[in-house]
Amino acid sequence: MIVKHLSLLLVMLPLAAAPIVAVLPRGRLPWVVGLIVASSCAILASTQLSMVLQSGVISYELGGWAPPWGIEYRIDAVNAFFALLVSIIAAITLPYALLSVEKEIPEHQIPLFYSAFLLCFAGLLGITQTGDIFNVFVFLEISSLSSYALISLGKQRQALTSAYQYLIMGTIGATFYLIGVGLLYSQTGTLNMADMAALLPQVTELRTVHTGFAFILIGIALKLALFPLHLWLPNAYTYAPTVVTVFLAATATKVAVYVMLRILFTIFPDGFVASTPTGDLFILLGITGIIVASIYAIYQTDIKRLLAYSSVAQIGYMVLGIGFASATGLMASMIHLFNHALMKGALFMAVGAIIYRLGICRMDNIQGLGKQMPWTFAAITIAGLSLVGVPGTAGFISKWYLVSAALEQQAWVSVAAILIGSLLAVVYIGKIIESLYFKPVSETNTTVKEAPLFLLLPTWVLVVANIYFGLNTELTVGVAEHAAQVMGVVAK
Amino acid sequence: MKAESLMLLTMLLPLAGAMGIVITRRWPNVREAVTLITASTVAVLVVMIANRFVSGEVFSLLVAEPLPGIQIAFKIESLGMLFALVAGLLWIVTSIYSIGYMRGHNESNQTRFYASFAIAIACTLGLAFSDNLFTLFLFYELLTLSTYPLVTHAGNDDARRGGRTYLGILLGTSIGLFLLGILVTWIVAGTVTFTAGGVLKGKLDPAWAGLLYALFLFGIGKAALMPFHRWLPAAMVAPTPVSALLHAVAVVKAGVFTLLKVTTYIFGGEYILSNDVTGILVWVAAATILLASLVAMTKDNLKARLAYSTVSQLSYIALGAMLASKSALIGAAMHIVMHAFSKITLFFAAGAIYVAAHKKLVSELDGLGRAMPITFAAFLIGSVSIIGLPPFGGMWSKWYLGLGAAETGQLILLGTLMVSSLLNIAYLLPIPIRGFFSKPTSGKHYTEIKEAPKTILLAMTITSLACIVLFFYPDPFYQLAAKAAGGH
Repeated sequence: MIVKHLSLLLVMLPLAAAPIVAVLPRGRLPWVVGLIVASSCAILASTQLSMVLQSGVISYELGGWAPPWGIEYRIDAVNAFFALLVSIIAAITLPYALLSVEKEIPEHQIPLFYSAFLLCFAGLLGITQTGDIFNVFVFLEISSLSSYALISLGKQRQALTSAYQYLIMGTIGATFYLIGVGLLYSQTGTLNMADMAALLPQVTELRTVHTGFAFILIGIALKLALFPLHLWLPNAYTYAPTVVTVFLAATATKVAVYVMLRILFTIFPDGFVASTPTGDLFILLGITGIIVASIYAIYQTDIKRLLAYSSVAQIGYMVLGIGFASATGLMASMIHLFNHALMKGALFMAVGAIIYRLGICRMDNIQGLGKQMPWTFAAITIAGLSLVGVPGTAGFISKWYLVSAALEQQAWVSVAAILIGSLLAVVYIGKIIESLYFKPVSETNTTVKEAPLFLLLPTWVLVVANIYFGLNTELTVGVAEHAAQVMGVVAK
Repeated sequence: MKAESLMLLTMLLPLAGAMGIVITRRWPNVREAVTLITASTVAVLVVMIANRFVSGEVFSLLVAEPLPGIQIAFKIESLGMLFALVAGLLWIVTSIYSIGYMRGHNESNQTRFYASFAIAIACTLGLAFSDNLFTLFLFYELLTLSTYPLVTHAGNDDARRGGRTYLGILLGTSIGLFLLGILVTWIVAGTVTFTAGGVLKGKLDPAWAGLLYALFLFGIGKAALMPFHRWLPAAMVAPTPVSALLHAVAVVKAGVFTLLKVTTYIFGGEYILSNDVTGILVWVAAATILLASLVAMTKDNLKARLAYSTVSQLSYIALGAMLASKSALIGAAMHIVMHAFSKITLFFAAGAIYVAAHKKLVSELDGLGRAMPITFAAFLIGSVSIIGLPPFGGMWSKWYLGLGAAETGQLILLGTLMVSSLLNIAYLLPIPIRGFFSKPTSGKHYTEIKEAPKTILLAMTITSLACIVLFFYPDPFYQLAAKAAGGH
């Protein structure tokens, strides 16, 4: 019974739990429920992935309506991989959330916080599970609206303006996406992805389809913060409560990348995307994003903002991989987005631990804290090295595939951009480490102690994962390979 | 013990030692005992491995395979054995020296110092035993990172600036060029495993080979070829034992060792010779040899002078690698050993002078030799060995390098080597001469300055004697070098 409805359950569980959590009494009960939901989802998602890898695509008809009329959940290796990523990150973030949320969010809002968190989680899972492009829009809105609320819960007043900024940009993105979907629907008469993929080849000549494609592309690009449509991201990540930053940085943009992959490789027929300048555009924007955002990162004094700009740069890598439109490129993107979730998750969590102690995380406040918070410092160092791409860490695997993909096509400019991006990462991570390690402690901070275990443990789970996935890539590379096959990208 | 476990144990032991050092941090004497015991055990183990290796035993071990075809694997071959021997034997000597130096100098954060040192040695051994470029690269980067706390040990602004240059150049070149070289090799040859005779033959158009070689030559920043040599003088802000073992032996030799490995096991000597891969690049090495010597002459700071001397000497090895004839490769490999023993002696002496007399500048050394005769005698021995005169070990490597240049008909390069020897005389010999024969600037003889602590003297004596022994008995190292150069 559970196995049969597993795919639906994965979305319904957090969706149903959200309103319940909202009315729970204050205290730690909302957190407990959230944790149970997230962990069960992680178990469900890993079951789902192993089922898909063993027995192929799962198709679930919502309410018993057969596709293409009803909504279909269609799970292949790609969805299952993303669903697993989202739920695992949620399951690791929630234990961390307990103390961090109590510190950063007023008590009466805590049940609402967890409610919004679960909604956002449900929305993201929904996007990955569904096989219907209108349904994607619905879940996109669920996740976006709840994340606007989550961001606005940040302690500083700027949280409100950044949430508003994100709201405007996000809504434009969603609207563009919806317009695009509408245009495609007008020509194909279907919203089911598989069905649309079958019907589109007959109408690819039409200008409406091209327009629809463009609208969808821009809409999603806004959501995934593709340079130069990234302007909402640094503010949102900086001012949101730490837990929200961790969760969104590790999942939200990744899910947007997933939608992009679906649109480009599943829905539109082979040759269509190649006939548009999408690939070149992605490569161009990817390269510019990597370089420009990394340089911005170097000049930041607020560490959350620094990491946020670094995220924009990392998205550049993912988009670059997609732009190559080769099997290796696609694998590189998939691998990097998984690994990036690990490293940014770990980094934001470690920074959150400092914020937990200091209430702030700016370059000049954290001076010399490395000695007082050795575990947090070590976590930042290792996750930072992974971000740089030092061998033995997950980041190296990403870089290896990215550069291989670029070398395959002899795209020397991209090769240079990837490597220069790594060097710029050395600079901005080095800045944080120097500040923590060398400078004398300021007098107000001499009594600061190491972060509590509840914050350290989840952080270190991710740190260890960074090393584990640098040495054992069975899961990441294996699934990415599988996904490249599913997406039908021909190996060159 | 089984061959694999012995090899693994040797690499893991320094790590265990580092842990022990951290655990016993509250009792300095116990902590130093841990260092000494670990270091001597490692030395014994390395010699044991060398004996069994020479008698034909095979040491190989696959640890993990992160990507299909990309393995973390170890396998000992003669070049790696030679390097491991040098690092393993000199660690114990340096440890003895460090204890005298760090205590005599009242350095802070000694636990961090000894622990990082042990980790750096573990990385060096891992690098020496690597079976493929990926594993080597892994340890190459770890070595950079683990030595960073040592370079910045003092923690002041100078140290921080030095540390920035150090990390910036080493990580920059390795990520920007070395990694790219590895990736290109992987894509072209489909393997990055070190293979006798090279892996590129017939797979890479010789026209591109020079470019790929340049990626390695400059990407391996630890080899300190100009213009990527700046990190080495910058690293001199570190305490002297660090400069001695890491920046005269482990780290810099890791660079030229990597270059030699790439030359013999990725390109293959024959491939390089028959396609003239390094035709233009040898001049980079030749220029570095001469320019660095010239810069060394202008440096008044003793450690800076030694650092530039190292830059120059490293290029001997790079030059030998690029000449790629049998004698040249033997000379290059031998120079790893000979320069290690000679240069570490010089650094030991420089540190002794600093601890006992607090003098850093060459111009302040007048007349100091009479107060510190052992130190200056050791310095003299080290200098003459570096210059390459008998009866000191340094002669052999220069001999084979010169032979290599002559064999390949590179007479200008032969001349370069000769001129460089003269320059060595010009910047090294004045130091002991001033010490022994000049009058102190104040006009009075030093009476209050005595020799440095005993452990320092002991370490210095061991390495200077080694320089002499290596002249009469270079055979163990020669055998290994010849085997590596022969390719089989």
